[in-house]
Amino acid sequence: MAILVIAEHNNSALAAATLNTVAAAAQIGGDVHLLVAGAGCAAVAEAAAQVASVAKVLVADHTVYAHQLPENLAPLVVELGKGYSHVLAPATSNGKNVLPRVAALLDVEQISEIVKVVSADTFQRPIYAGNAIATVQSSAAVKVITVRATGFDAVAATGGSASIEAIATVSDAGISAFVSEELAKSERPELTGAKIVVSGGRGMQNGDNFQLLYAVADKLGAAVGASRAAVDAGFVPNDMQVGQTGKIVAPQLYVAVGISGAIQHLAGMKDSKVIVAINKDEEAPIFQVADYGLVADLFEAVPELERAL
Amino acid sequence: MKVLVAVKRVVDYNVKVRVKADNSGVDLANVKMAMNPFCEIAVEEAVRLKEKGIATEIVVVSVGPATAQEQLRTALALGADRAVLVETAEELGSLAVAKLLKAVVDKEQPQLVILGKQAIDSDNNQTGQMLAALSGFAQGTFASKVEVTGDQLNVTREIDGGLQTVALKLPAIVTTDLRLNEPRYASLPNIMKAKKKPLDVVTPDALGVSTASTVKTLKVEAPAARSAGIKVKSVAELVEKLKNEAKVI
Repeated sequence: MAILVIAEHNNSALAAATLNTVAAAAQIGGDVHLLVAGAGCAAVAEAAAQVASVAKVLVADHTVYAHQLPENLAPLVVELGKGYSHVLAPATSNGKNVLPRVAALLDVEQISEIVKVVSADTFQRPIYAGNAIATVQSSAAVKVITVRATGFDAVAATGGSASIEAIATVSDAGISAFVSEELAKSERPELTGAKIVVSGGRGMQNGDNFQLLYAVADKLGAAVGASRAAVDAGFVPNDMQVGQTGKIVAPQLYVAVGISGAIQHLAGMKDSKVIVAINKDEEAPIFQVADYGLVADLFEAVPELERAL
Repeated sequence: MKVLVAVKRVVDYNVKVRVKADNSGVDLANVKMAMNPFCEIAVEEAVRLKEKGIATEIVVVSVGPATAQEQLRTALALGADRAVLVETAEELGSLAVAKLLKAVVDKEQPQLVILGKQAIDSDNNQTGQMLAALSGFAQGTFASKVEVTGDQLNVTREIDGGLQTVALKLPAIVTTDLRLNEPRYASLPNIMKAKKKPLDVVTPDALGVSTASTVKTLKVEAPAARSAGIKVKSVAELVEKLKNEAKVI
C-alpha cells in the first residue's frame, strides 16, 4: 500500500500545507510518494526529497503543468493514482480545484477536508460549518482525500532522503489556459501557517483602521485576517478572509477585533488554541468561544495593546 | 446560449444545527430550509448573463427531495425560465449528484453550467469539479468574475494568495464564490409568475444513473466544546494573562 500526495508549490518553493498533508499520509501508513507537477520546479523537487517520511518524489516538469490547471493535471494524477491506495492533497484552493476532478475520473467519491485519520479507510471531517464532525468510511479502491492542514502537525521539512523520479507523461487537454495572476503582497507570515493571527471585522469601520491591527501584528509576528463583513465592505482583500468560505486557521493565539462571531466566521478559527475577543458589545457571540474577552472600544483598546506589547 | 444552473436545498445558513442524540446525523426536523447561498449567486449570475443578452435560456436543476421544488420555484422567480427536479429521497454524495447532473447536461446541451462552490451542509466543494470531469469540460472554480467573449470564457478565480484569471473553452463549468455578485430578491409578481413556469420532475432511474456510494457515514458528533473563558477588565490584564497564564506571547 502506497500513498500519493500532491505537493502544493509555486514552482519555486514547497508550500507548508504539503507537510501537514504528508503527516496525514504517514498516519494512514504505507510508503508516501510526493508528486511535484509544475514547470521549472526542480528546486521544489529537491525540497520535497528532504521532507521527512517521504519515500519517493515524482516530478512532472512541463509547461502544461505550470499553473496546475485541473484539466491538464487531473489526467496525470488519475494515471498515477491507479497504482496507489490513497491520493491526498492539501485542502488549499489548488487541492480543492484539482482533486474532485481526479476522483470523478477514477469514479470514486472524494472525502473533503479530513481533520483526523481513524484508520486507513475511516476519517473524520467537519460538516455544517464545523458544527458537526462526521466519521466516514470509504470502500473505494483508491481513496481520494483532501486534508485540512490545521488538523495535522507538519512533518519536518528536512531529514528525509527520498529518491527523485521524473514522470514523462504529458497531458494537455487544450481546453483551458492561464491568463494572469494577481497575488496580494505581504511581508507578514502566511495566514494559514501563522502562530498568531489578528483579525478585524466590520467594527474596524474602514480599511485605514486596519493599520491599528497591522501595528499589533508586527509586534507579535502575527498574520492579519478578516471577517467576511470586512472583506465585503472592501476594507481588505478577500484572501484575508477567515471562515467557512475563506481560510481555516488554527493558530496558538487568535485575536478577534470588532468581529461579532457569526457561525461562518467561527468555522474558520474555533480550533485556535487561545482565542481573544475585543468587542464593545458584550452580547456578541464571539465571547462564547473566547478564552479572554475584553469589552471595550477597539479604537482605544488596540493602540493600548500595541503599546503594552 | 443556454445556461444550466444547479441549486441545492439546504438548512438556512443562520440556523445553528444540532446533532441527533443517536449520532446518526444532524436534526433537520422542523428546521428552516433555503437555497444554498452559493447557488443563489449562481442563479443571479445566469440572470445577469441573460440581461446582457448573452444567455438565451436559463434552466435550473436540483437533485433532491420533492420539497426542493420550493427552491426551484425561487430560482424561477429570480429569472430562470424552466426547472428540472431530479427527485430522490436519499441524501446523495457529490459524485452521484455530478452523475445525475451530467445526464441532465447531456440532455439539455448547455454552453455554460453554473454551480455554487460548495453547499453549506456537507461543505464538500466537489460537485462542479466532478461534473466538469465527467462532461470533459473546462472548469472555472471559485469565480469572482465571469466574462463571455465568443466561444471563450474568462474566469477570475479566488485563490489562496489572491486572484487568478483563466481562459476556458465553452462549453464550460463555473462554480461561484461569494464575491461574484449580490443576489437580488424575488419580487411578489415574479413569485406569482414563477408558479406558472414549467417544472419537470424526473427520477435517477429515468436518467439511467446509479447512485450507489463508496462512502458510508458511521456517525456524526458534536464538536468538542471549548471550555468557558473569562472576561478581563483591561488591556494590561489581557496582556498579563496571555503572557503568564496562556503563555502564547
